Amino acid sequence: MTPLPPFFLPSGLAALRKKVIKTEASRRFADDVSTSAITAWRQSFRDRKSRSPTHPQGDRTIEYAEKLLSVFILAPFAGSLIATFFPSDQRGATAWFAGAIALVCFLLSAGLYPFVATGNVLRLELAWVPELGLSFTLRMDGFAWLFSALITAIGVLVVLYARYYMAEEDPVPRFFALFLAFMGSMLGIVLSGNLILLAVFWEMTSIVSFLLIGYWHHNAHARDGARIALTITGMGGLAMLVGLVIIGRIVGSYDLDAVLASGDAIRNHPLYGTVLILILLGALTKSAQFPFHFWLPHAMAAPTPVSAYLHSATMVKAGVFLLARLWPVMAGTEAWFWIVGLAGLATLVLGAYFAIFQQDLKGLLAYSTISHLGLITVLLSLGSPLAAVAAVFHIVNHATFKASLFMAAGIIDHESGTRDMRRLSGLFHYMPITATLAMVASAAMAGVPLLNGFLSKEMFFAEAIETHLVNALDTATPYVSTIASMFAVTYSLRFIHSAFFGPPPTDLPKKPHEPPRWMRAPVDFLVLACLVVGIIPAQTIGPFLHTAVVSILRDDTPQYSLAVWHGFNVPLIMSFVALSGGVGLYFMMRSYLATGIEGPPVFRLLQGKRIFERVLVTLSWKWARSLEQGLGTRHLQPQMRLLVFIALAAGALPLVIGGFHLPPLVIRGIDPAFALLWAIGIGCAVGSAYQAKFHRLASLVLLGGAGLVTCITFVWLSAPDLAVTQLLVEIVTTVLILLGLRWLPKRIEEPRAAEDITIKTRLRRLRDFLLATAAGGAMMLIAYTMMTRPLPDTIADYFLARAYREGGGTNVVNVILVDFRGFDTLGEIAVLCIVALTVFALLLRFRPQADSLEAPEQQRLQNAFDDDHPERTAGDSVAEYLFVPSVIMRWMFPVTGMLAAYLFLRGHDLPGGGFAAGIALSIGFILQYMSGGTRWVEERLRIHPLRWMSIGLLVATATGVGSWLFGYPFLTSRAEYATLPVIGKVPLASAILFDLGVFSLVLGATVLMLIALAHQSVRAPRAFARAARTEKEAAR
Amino acid sequence: MELILSAGIGALTASGVYLLLRPRTYQVIIGLSLISYAVNLFIFGMGRLRVNAPPVLEPGGIGDLARYTDPVPQALVLTAIVIGFAMTALFLVVLLASRGFTGTDHVDGREQPSD
Repeated sequence: MTPLPPFFLPSGLAALRKKVIKTEASRRFADDVSTSAITAWRQSFRDRKSRSPTHPQGDRTIEYAEKLLSVFILAPFAGSLIATFFPSDQRGATAWFAGAIALVCFLLSAGLYPFVATGNVLRLELAWVPELGLSFTLRMDGFAWLFSALITAIGVLVVLYARYYMAEEDPVPRFFALFLAFMGSMLGIVLSGNLILLAVFWEMTSIVSFLLIGYWHHNAHARDGARIALTITGMGGLAMLVGLVIIGRIVGSYDLDAVLASGDAIRNHPLYGTVLILILLGALTKSAQFPFHFWLPHAMAAPTPVSAYLHSATMVKAGVFLLARLWPVMAGTEAWFWIVGLAGLATLVLGAYFAIFQQDLKGLLAYSTISHLGLITVLLSLGSPLAAVAAVFHIVNHATFKASLFMAAGIIDHESGTRDMRRLSGLFHYMPITATLAMVASAAMAGVPLLNGFLSKEMFFAEAIETHLVNALDTATPYVSTIASMFAVTYSLRFIHSAFFGPPPTDLPKKPHEPPRWMRAPVDFLVLACLVVGIIPAQTIGPFLHTAVVSILRDDTPQYSLAVWHGFNVPLIMSFVALSGGVGLYFMMRSYLATGIEGPPVFRLLQGKRIFERVLVTLSWKWARSLEQGLGTRHLQPQMRLLVFIALAAGALPLVIGGFHLPPLVIRGIDPAFALLWAIGIGCAVGSAYQAKFHRLASLVLLGGAGLVTCITFVWLSAPDLAVTQLLVEIVTTVLILLGLRWLPKRIEEPRAAEDITIKTRLRRLRDFLLATAAGGAMMLIAYTMMTRPLPDTIADYFLARAYREGGGTNVVNVILVDFRGFDTLGEIAVLCIVALTVFALLLRFRPQADSLEAPEQQRLQNAFDDDHPERTAGDSVAEYLFVPSVIMRWMFPVTGMLAAYLFLRGHDLPGGGFAAGIALSIGFILQYMSGGTRWVEERLRIHPLRWMSIGLLVATATGVGSWLFGYPFLTSRAEYATLPVIGKVPLASAILFDLGVFSLVLGATVLMLIALAHQSVRAPRAFARAARTEKEAAR
Repeated sequence: MELILSAGIGALTASGVYLLLRPRTYQVIIGLSLISYAVNLFIFGMGRLRVNAPPVLEPGGIGDLARYTDPVPQALVLTAIVIGFAMTALFLVVLLASRGFTGTDHVDGREQPSD
């Protein structure tokens, strides 16, 4: 164990260790005491609140501040929505708007600092799905505050930068809308007080990142990069969600405070390993850790402000944010140490190594970002509080210097037209200020003293040499870190040297010059921050960092010092080695780098993207194809067969498992008339099936027979309502199918010789027959078994007892439909409405086959008869056909209307109701069509089924809404009787209004469907004639 | 009674399923209608078969299962009848449109060598 200089750790390491051990013991004790972690944290939370008078702010102020948390989410998302409506040429206005939103959020977080600085946790809890333990909880502690300040502050700067970076032709409102949406989602991640809410915002950042990377979607690289990023981070997020759900199960709550209070429960749970891997999958993919790092360099196809903001300062920090957030409950185990440590260390060194060999400025910065994220991950893996302090510190430092470097790279690209280091050279001469700023920032990246990067890197070195667990990984850490640091110096030097020094550039697309004043301002500011923090850390970042660290580590917060000078110690020597080694390495490699080969030697053959694409192709194309070929079919019949078979098997399975006893057959007490009725019914059913291929009309008639038998069965067995509805629906269905028959192809049965039907066909039919018989037999068996058992306790009594008392009607079925279950009925009539509209829409575009177009045989014969007789004019016979019945049908119309009114009015108390009445009246209408023809009817009657339908839906909904006015829930009904002249006493429940809506809608829908189909015989020949005419003209 | 009705349900189901497996769209629509009858009767039968006990109360009365049949399956079936009608109508139009577009009334939208 390397002894740590006492001045680096004033309290001494031994003391710290003791302290850690002590807290471990007290934790274990606490775990025994608190059976329910939730009550514990709730209590502590209440305590904290009750303590608040000791704080400078009173109760009232804190509550007010907690309400303000919602602004962090509302403002960016609302702004995002508004920004989409800006006209695309309003670059400045949109930027001002987005900047204002970001600034408001920043000022708000600045204003909230006093509240969290005292160690308070601000909480805003809104119920979301309380039954599932989901609440929209926003929670701000010191750590969340630090992040939200970082997100909003850099947000403001990036908006300013983007205002000048985006080109005239770019759709800027889209950019800023997405930008604000991202800011809202990122703030959501850091402020979430509920794990599931966190996962939701997490996924939202992935999606917005996808859209922003693909912002220039005409660019194939941008699309590819966006896709890779979304796939990797999206899959990670999914894994994380599962992990978070398991944590929620272990803890018994998704609330972050509850989770943070139950570290031992999580670490000692048998599922800890699973949770760890799932959570890490989320965190490591998001933070681009090895081996998921490769999406980040491809994300560089995004506009540079996006790279600066999402892919260096904020979004990629979400992974390490989560690691730090869950650090108190997840870290400290051997598994954590190994997995997180290995991933971090590999990322740290490989990222830095790959960065050296990039030719693209942004590519270099991307790999450098990967490496620095690796550094943070390593720090978090160590499980020591001091390392956690260093990690948080480095998160802030990296955000400042890397964002400024990305902006500088963007400026170079913007002003010189390229980011390729092979073409860039000697830019110092053209843009001295930018060059100076970039040099300071990259010095911070390399870890040069007096800059912020140096401080956190020193802390990292100090932790790296510390022994945490005795194993090979821990021993290797200091050496690997030094080497990685050396690489960092090399690539930082390369960035500066190749862009700003050397001979004047020769083949640049533009003549480079300094950027506009305000485009450089964000870089100025960030570089200044690097310098100030680097020189006087304790006075600048110190208190904020402390607040953040205390909120993570609580009682474990170690003593640390943020001074620049800690004396000559091992970390300083390591820094020196890295600096000198890095410079030496750069000059050694210059000749190799000058060859201009993209990517590091050997490793460049191993391209993450290519592996990713190959995996994706195999999964989503090759395997899917072979699965489809093996299991899929484009034919309906095998699918149907499979469905029937599965239904049979699924039905039989519980019977096989649970045992099944056939009830005794009761032959006695059978009414012969009923038996005869069903003999006819069965005959009709089988006959209909038999005739359906060659004799469609016969089959339809037989189908109607089966329907009538069903209808009589309802009458017989005490279901008058069903019988009425069934009868009416039967009529309409038959008419509908009759209208449709006309457009089906003629199929005439050929007396095929028996040998024409192959054995294969016979076998197929036999198989289908057996399947059908099995299904029918099974249905019969189940039906018989069920019906012969005594009725169990049902809810029927409830309805029977209350139908009159509460629903005001004696027809229980109708009362259920329009009152107790009125909402179902509303849904059902809406379905009917949709179906009618769909039918209407489909028929509007209907083009029949040519062979169905000619007039039916009967009409042709009739017309030929007219032609043969000179005293007759064409069309007479057609018009005179069925003359007497059509007169009767015309006269029937008022009678049908009367019947409908009768059915409607008695519905609440006696069989009938809106459904039946609506269908009855629609039959009246269709009878007119049948007797007089389409034109005759429409010349005489105004028929507006669409209007009827909409009125019906409106009336039904308005009745439901009306009960709100009286302070009752939706669709509460009120019953009265009114005495009308002549008719007498009429039930006047508000449900009858609802039923009126049902009536109107059913009438409209049915008439619409029937008429739409009937119109085809008018429309289609007309269309056919038009087509023939154009054809003729074309021929001429 | 139960035996007869269940035999009827079985026959309707068997005919319907057989038609469902046939290749012509018209056969399928008839099959679906037959299955609808069977299913409606089946659901209705869950309230048990009662003669002369319709769930229509005396005015002002409070009903119970001893005197009246179960109204719940009836309400369900009433809904099912209407929805079944809507389904048949929609399917019929889809069938016609498919025939118009593809020129065949085969369920796959193109003729197969066998039925």
